[in-house]
Amino acid sequence: MSRVSASLLPKTFRDWFKSRGWKPREHQLDLLAKAGQGRSVLLVAPTGAGKTLAGFLPSLVELAERGPSRGTAKDRRGLHTLYISPLKALATDVARNLEIPVAEMALPIRVETRTGDTPSHKRARQIERPPDILLTTPEQLALLLAHAEAQEFFKDLRRVVLDELHSLVTSKRGDLLSLGLARLMMIAPQATAVGLSATVREPDDLRRYLVPQRAANTSPLRGEVAPQVREGVGNATSPNVAVPPHPGALTRSDPPPQGEGEERLADLVVVQGGAQPDIRMLDLDERLPLAGHTASLSMPAIYDLIRSHKTTLVFVNTRLQAEYTFQELWKLNDDNLAIALHHGSLDVSQRRRVEEAMAAGRLKAVVCTATLDLGIDWGDVDLVVNVGAPKGASRIMQRIGRSNHRMDEPSEAYLVPANRFEILECRAALDAVHEAAQDTPDARIGALDVLCQHILGMACAGPFDLADLYEEVRSAAPYAGLTWEDFEACVAFVATGGYALRAYERFAKIVKGNDGLWRVRDARVAQQYRLNVGTIVESSMIKVRLGKSMRSRPGTVLPRGRILGEIEEYFAETLTPGDTFLFAGEVLRFEGISEDEVLATRAGAGTDPMIPSYEGGKFPLSTFLAARVRAILADPFEWDRLPPQMTEWLLQQRRRSIVPGQRDLLVETFPRSNRFYMTCFPFEGRLAHQTLGMLLTRRLERAKLKPLGFVANDYGIAVYASGDIAGRAAREPGFLDELFSEDMLGDDLEDWLAESSLMKRTFRQCAVIAGLIERRFPGEKKTGRQVTISTDLVYDVLRKHEPDHVLLRAARADAATGLLDVRRLGMMLERIRGRIIHKPLDRVSPLSVSVMLEIGRERVYSDNADEILAEAEAALLDEALA
Amino acid sequence: MTALQKNKQTTHEIELKGQLALLDLTGAMYLPAHDALLVADLHFEKGSSFARRGMMLPPYDTRETLLALSDAVFRFNPKTVIALGDSFHDIGGPERLGTEERTTLTQVQQGRDWIWVTGNHDRILPDSIGGQVVEEMALGSLTLRHEPMAGEQVEVAGHLHPVGKVVMRGRSTRRRCFLTDGSRCVMPALGAYAGGLNACDAAFKPLFANGFTAHLIGTERIFAIAKSMLCRD
Repeated sequence: MSRVSASLLPKTFRDWFKSRGWKPREHQLDLLAKAGQGRSVLLVAPTGAGKTLAGFLPSLVELAERGPSRGTAKDRRGLHTLYISPLKALATDVARNLEIPVAEMALPIRVETRTGDTPSHKRARQIERPPDILLTTPEQLALLLAHAEAQEFFKDLRRVVLDELHSLVTSKRGDLLSLGLARLMMIAPQATAVGLSATVREPDDLRRYLVPQRAANTSPLRGEVAPQVREGVGNATSPNVAVPPHPGALTRSDPPPQGEGEERLADLVVVQGGAQPDIRMLDLDERLPLAGHTASLSMPAIYDLIRSHKTTLVFVNTRLQAEYTFQELWKLNDDNLAIALHHGSLDVSQRRRVEEAMAAGRLKAVVCTATLDLGIDWGDVDLVVNVGAPKGASRIMQRIGRSNHRMDEPSEAYLVPANRFEILECRAALDAVHEAAQDTPDARIGALDVLCQHILGMACAGPFDLADLYEEVRSAAPYAGLTWEDFEACVAFVATGGYALRAYERFAKIVKGNDGLWRVRDARVAQQYRLNVGTIVESSMIKVRLGKSMRSRPGTVLPRGRILGEIEEYFAETLTPGDTFLFAGEVLRFEGISEDEVLATRAGAGTDPMIPSYEGGKFPLSTFLAARVRAILADPFEWDRLPPQMTEWLLQQRRRSIVPGQRDLLVETFPRSNRFYMTCFPFEGRLAHQTLGMLLTRRLERAKLKPLGFVANDYGIAVYASGDIAGRAAREPGFLDELFSEDMLGDDLEDWLAESSLMKRTFRQCAVIAGLIERRFPGEKKTGRQVTISTDLVYDVLRKHEPDHVLLRAARADAATGLLDVRRLGMMLERIRGRIIHKPLDRVSPLSVSVMLEIGRERVYSDNADEILAEAEAALLDEALA
Repeated sequence: MTALQKNKQTTHEIELKGQLALLDLTGAMYLPAHDALLVADLHFEKGSSFARRGMMLPPYDTRETLLALSDAVFRFNPKTVIALGDSFHDIGGPERLGTEERTTLTQVQQGRDWIWVTGNHDRILPDSIGGQVVEEMALGSLTLRHEPMAGEQVEVAGHLHPVGKVVMRGRSTRRRCFLTDGSRCVMPALGAYAGGLNACDAAFKPLFANGFTAHLIGTERIFAIAKSMLCRD
């Protein structure tokens, strides 16, 4: 194909490539050829393969050939190419890079960005006079599509470029984008989509995402009802609903439209990764601890690596780890190397400074979290160090890809385990990298709350026909299986809340007119939509300000210092004055909350942070790596490949207890200082384990075994009780099978969900996305008690009166994979059915020590209000008696 | 069996200027000496008030609030019920009241003296709502009003919707509560959608110069919590 396609490249372009000392790459020419044939394409390529240029090349060529617009009203052209990126910064970055060929070849092409920062006069002008290429984000696309001028703006669209598609499709933003894409293809059936992606497990999921899907099940409207409903619908662009269902399929003649056959898939172009990465585990002579995530022993070795390389990226999993690692490296930094810190909670200006210094090559190393996971170009990184557990094979490969942006040279990377379990995880990840095995998540089923938001947006754009919109929505891959009932429920929700008690008809936000079309009631509703668009519901953040202690009045702290950054409000809520925590590279002492800020002072030198962790980028261990870890554990021959300290430890475990088989669940019980402990190791990640712990304690409570609490980590949980669990298990055969039986996901789960704070948080997110309540903006003052409404109260009332309401269903679907990870817990319970191995012990085993060490380090979980209150009441009593 | 005995399990005793008051899990207060039940900030029809502005909250809040109200009324079976203002979320509230809810309200009112103290949300109440409408009233030595009055007072009031937040070893809970210093009591809001104002808020400071004890409504019982144990939001 490449020789043929090379001729597609005009001379100007060939000369330009030559002038830069480049040759067009094969996949770049492939994409050019595909564009000529009107095909949508998924391009899978490793970092450094020139993906972005490949995506834009066809547009640049086409635009160069069509020549400049005369700019007269008659000659008004719509947008030619739309580029969507998950990050505002990436869109800006790509625009800058795109300007280079445009300027150097003097192409008559106008490239513009549109983000939240674009001033309103520029936005208005963009609508009036669209650029040739527009770079933006999924949220801005949603806003554009809800605009009354959307039809005019997009009608000439030829190409949509979706960057970092693998990361977009895994979240609700991907759902929103898929719906936007469906609308784009409806307005501009001639357009094709190009997806740019890192390597993924199931490229077909992404190929489906890029092209309009045939509806998976037949609409009840089609056939009998539909023709009547559709009569008098004067929408010229809408196709006949009967065969074939999608508009795109009707307008193309030659070559045959994509997916006319069984499966509707975009074409696939794969660029094979270059050299095998040079990746290894950092092997220390010293013994690693059994728990903890700080990797303190490895810091000197990491420092040496930084010193001997040009630029190093040190990836960590949580902000806490970032803070800690940064501090430790500076303690060792006798050479005064330029080592910087970058994570999402730091003040934006501080982050920008780090990014600029990095791009300019002024930094020796950056300690960073997932905020640097995505493809912004950071200059010449020649080493990646990943501290802590890799958590997922694909994640680690994408991180490694950040080093050596020239794809034909091997990237160099080190995995640094922080505890013994992480050695197992690193081993499993190394194996996966060598086999190039991927564990990116499954394709999503489109969320209903996102659909609700989209429906309102479409009503803002103009009147819509219900059946048309249903067909359009189902052409988006995540919504291909959407039932008519669910769709109707979402429309009803948007209109009046969709409650069985039809109390709000007269307040409806969208109404059906005499022409059978639905439209927004008034401009205020459209305004409301614009303020609430998007699927990212930030948990409220609160600024952290450095305070100054008054020397004259000890104990008085004035808010006189600078802002250090932001932390989650719910983290701040759990702090009490005097608590110390790590933030912005320092140990801070929490002084209190003044106005809308956390006030903190620098803790004295040598103070250890008391509050162990705040959430922020905790990834669960992927199912795939977990299975590999279990396999390594189960097979003693595999142990040879582990460092000796690990093998020794596993042999000890085998002597004292047992090492479980790959599909077994080992449950150990043992007494310890007047308490009875039960530990188990499902390896399903912290979130699923938290849920398991909550449900197990409920069941133990009912069994009158008086559970006192539990702790969880990524590998297992430890439950402690004042009742003898082992004794009960000995007296009642089958007790443990019963305890771990799958029916805990029935009533027990339901009962817990009624009061679970995690579930309420999940519900809140759905309520905001669906538009039930208005978004609160960061920095906006908390308004009076009458103006705001707590979604917790709404949750309680709705759950009681309409447990099957569409919003609760949306929240439950989220809970299955999100904060509660119920789905994974369910898979685990099914796997271990009949395979529980109980080992009663007289003391803690080597394996159990690791999770026991989390006690006191991690929070003890509880949603039981009375327990907390009783403790607070008792504290008062103690005070009185003291 | 007297109301006192019947409710021994679920109530929590406090004293207001030498007078016994029973705090109920619903958020109501029973004064045995007057055989009177006090409730505050019912905020009926808050849901529909929001719906008018495009936020379609589940339309079941009035039902839910009535359920709690009738639960307390039927258990204590008092001669007098006094609602301490903001019984409706807005002036149009009584009109929007559903038929079913209207009937329930009438049933609860039946056979007792019913007094609506007006609040800032419901300055005017239609006659059709039943009972007597007053701006404030005296009950023995106690003054009952919607908004607490500054300075030293012997009063029971609402308006502020107090909630208390407790954090113990990283776990936290936020519950509605009664605040009292033994002479004044600010009652929690009973309305299903009535949010809360943290007891540490500056609004409470002028009312309780010498501090207060917060009586937090738990799931099974009420807990007396020292002011020093309460946290800000």
